[in-house]
Amino acid sequence: MGRRRLLAAGALSLALLTAAACGGSGDFGPASAKATITLYNAQHEDLMKLMVDAFTKETGIKVEMRNGEDPEMANQIIQEGSASPADVFVTENSPAMTLVDSKGGFAALDAATLAQLGKQYQPSNGHWIGFAARSTVFAYNAKQLTAGQLPASIMDLAQPQWKGAFGIAAAGADFQAIVSAVLALNGEAATAEWLSGLKANAKIYQGNGAAMRAVNAGEIKGAVIYHYYWYQDRAESGANSGNVELHFFGNKDPGAFVGVSGAGVLKSSRHKAQAQALVKFLTGKAGQQVLAQSDAMEYSISAEVPTNATLKPLTELSPPDVELSTLNGPKVVELMQQAGLL
Amino acid sequence: MVRPRVGELLGNTARLTLACMALCAVLGTAAAWLVERTALPGRRGWHVLLAAPLAVPAFVTSFGWVSLTARVEGYAGALLIVTLSYYPLVYLPVAATLRGLDPALEETAAALGFGRWRTFGRVVLPQLRPAVLGGALLVGLHLLAEFGALQMLRYPTFTTAIYDQYRSAFNGPAANMLAGVLVVCCALLLAGELGLRGRHRYARLGRGVARPAEPVRLRRLTVPVLAGVAAVVVLALGVPLASLGHWLVVGASTAFPLATLATAAGTSLGLGLAAALLTTVLALPVAWLSVRYRGRLSTALERSTYVANALPGIVVALALITVSIRFAQPVYQTTGLLVLAYAILFLPRVMVAARAAIAQAPPILGEVAQGLGARALGTLRRVTLPLIAPGIGAGAALVFLAVATELTATLLLAPTGTQTLATEFWNHTRDVDYGAAAPYAGLMVLISAPATYLLTRRPRRHP
Repeated sequence: MGRRRLLAAGALSLALLTAAACGGSGDFGPASAKATITLYNAQHEDLMKLMVDAFTKETGIKVEMRNGEDPEMANQIIQEGSASPADVFVTENSPAMTLVDSKGGFAALDAATLAQLGKQYQPSNGHWIGFAARSTVFAYNAKQLTAGQLPASIMDLAQPQWKGAFGIAAAGADFQAIVSAVLALNGEAATAEWLSGLKANAKIYQGNGAAMRAVNAGEIKGAVIYHYYWYQDRAESGANSGNVELHFFGNKDPGAFVGVSGAGVLKSSRHKAQAQALVKFLTGKAGQQVLAQSDAMEYSISAEVPTNATLKPLTELSPPDVELSTLNGPKVVELMQQAGLL
Repeated sequence: MVRPRVGELLGNTARLTLACMALCAVLGTAAAWLVERTALPGRRGWHVLLAAPLAVPAFVTSFGWVSLTARVEGYAGALLIVTLSYYPLVYLPVAATLRGLDPALEETAAALGFGRWRTFGRVVLPQLRPAVLGGALLVGLHLLAEFGALQMLRYPTFTTAIYDQYRSAFNGPAANMLAGVLVVCCALLLAGELGLRGRHRYARLGRGVARPAEPVRLRRLTVPVLAGVAAVVVLALGVPLASLGHWLVVGASTAFPLATLATAAGTSLGLGLAAALLTTVLALPVAWLSVRYRGRLSTALERSTYVANALPGIVVALALITVSIRFAQPVYQTTGLLVLAYAILFLPRVMVAARAAIAQAPPILGEVAQGLGARALGTLRRVTLPLIAPGIGAGAALVFLAVATELTATLLLAPTGTQTLATEFWNHTRDVDYGAAAPYAGLMVLISAPATYLLTRRPRRHP
């Protein structure tokens, strides 16, 4: 490279760096009159953007979104501690909320917010609340399995006839929530035995989407995933789900576990009133309507809003009863590690 | 932390890293020799094509293959794909070194009765040692930290275990202990490279200008060799690009939100340039010290910069969060801190290139300039920098490529609201919208193309 061009490129980069650094430092201004709140969002970005835009339209409060995934963002909030720029944290699944709560990260939610939803969607201490739900399903390749061959319970998957036939996304916090349900319902010995059966039988996938794609391609006969991956793909093109059908376990089986996406206000928030307003909106009628009408295919959980009509109704799922704040206790991880799944 | 799974993963990591380093060394050296030293038809074009896989992120290559056939899952497939993604890291420095070698040495060997193979083994290969070892070291460090590509291939390694620890157990301290093991693996690689590199001098001593080498005629071998080189290019470049094109056409979610695409591309470009500049500035003095003033301290200093490259992005990023929020809160989540994180993560990429370049620049030239009355700065500007500029440029280009595809540190440390091509790609693939993700992957390849092209430029022989 010619010397002059090298210098020019260098000067340009330096200018960019300086400009960007100056622009970036503006985020740390003190609380001003017309506050903009910061949302740490681990939910799917498209869905949250819809809900947040509706909130801004209704209240005039602006929201800046920072996107990430449950575990990274929860760890980030803990590292940030009282200096966290976040006002509100929303996740895909409850364990990340439990983690932040265990470190004392959340402020108590307004009673009016908690009263908007049923008790099964919030931990008993009222530090955070669910705003969307997802059902565990067994997604199967309809060309390889008939309705009669489907497992009646998720516990059956540990039996020898399922060896090499199905997939799970074992490392995801999502799957561990399912294991937590098994532990809560069937006890430690049965769970340990079931897990060693899964280690022998299941193929491990990186995520729910990858597992469903493998089912569709016929590489495995079925997979344990969350319902909305299938509904979304069917709504899009069916490219990864054309051969796949869903089996809901029901009957309060651990396999009928319903996971909850959580929202909470950070204790360190400098805009508590606005932050509380956002969580109230997400769990209230208007916010839930946005969720139900979106193409996210997750369940809205407000009794006042009918769920998306394409979905199997929430009332027919018959999930097991588990206390949300107990999910993903250290015991679950210990059992999964002993089985060699983690 | 001692449990069966950890042992299994350690075995997986070692198996993949060592085999891939060896394969990359062989493939990269062979390809470089064919392009630089034989009469292969279309050498200029092949040179660019053989380096081009660097512009395609490893996880895009992985996805391209996985969407074609599930048979690439597992050890053999993972080895194939990471080798195809990373061999240019050996190819490029070896090609550059071959170009700079004085053929007089080989001719002397031939005159002394050495055959072609013996000359290659006894004369050429020893001179290629810093380039091959440096390249293989980079491959090894990349692999220790590689995450996305291997996850897609369902081949769990130690880095996967660290992410699992964060995701499942939500256990930071335990994950950091595992990361400690990774640092030990990294130290082993570094010590190995140091031991094999030896204490030789590699700068040319002869007087006058070295001639270009006489290309070896391939004769009957021309067609098979061409087919072999073409196969490498098709596997490493053709398959992932075809797969990208396929998503663009069939994906129902395919969309071209021009404003977002442009912003994300601009941000990636700016961050990449800034990080490349900062990293080069940081790496140069250390590389200079370690080559010209070799001693325990300078070697230790140089080696210490490699450690962060072997750590998963999440470990470095969370450490930076802790440090900056406690001691330098105003810079937290600013572009400046993000660029610093990139520099820490990717310093070795410049270091390897800079070391090789400085080692090949004869110190006598600088001394002569000073003897003739040039001041230190003037010598640096007019003699030394022009000599090492191609090597440094190559290192800077490698940093740019790494930043364009970096995800974890970007998500955690960028100013809120920042969109880069990598974050948008990730955002869509996690929703299984491969069609929507494809334009971002395509742009990533596109903005990486100039940096890759820069890497392939033939420097003028004597600037």
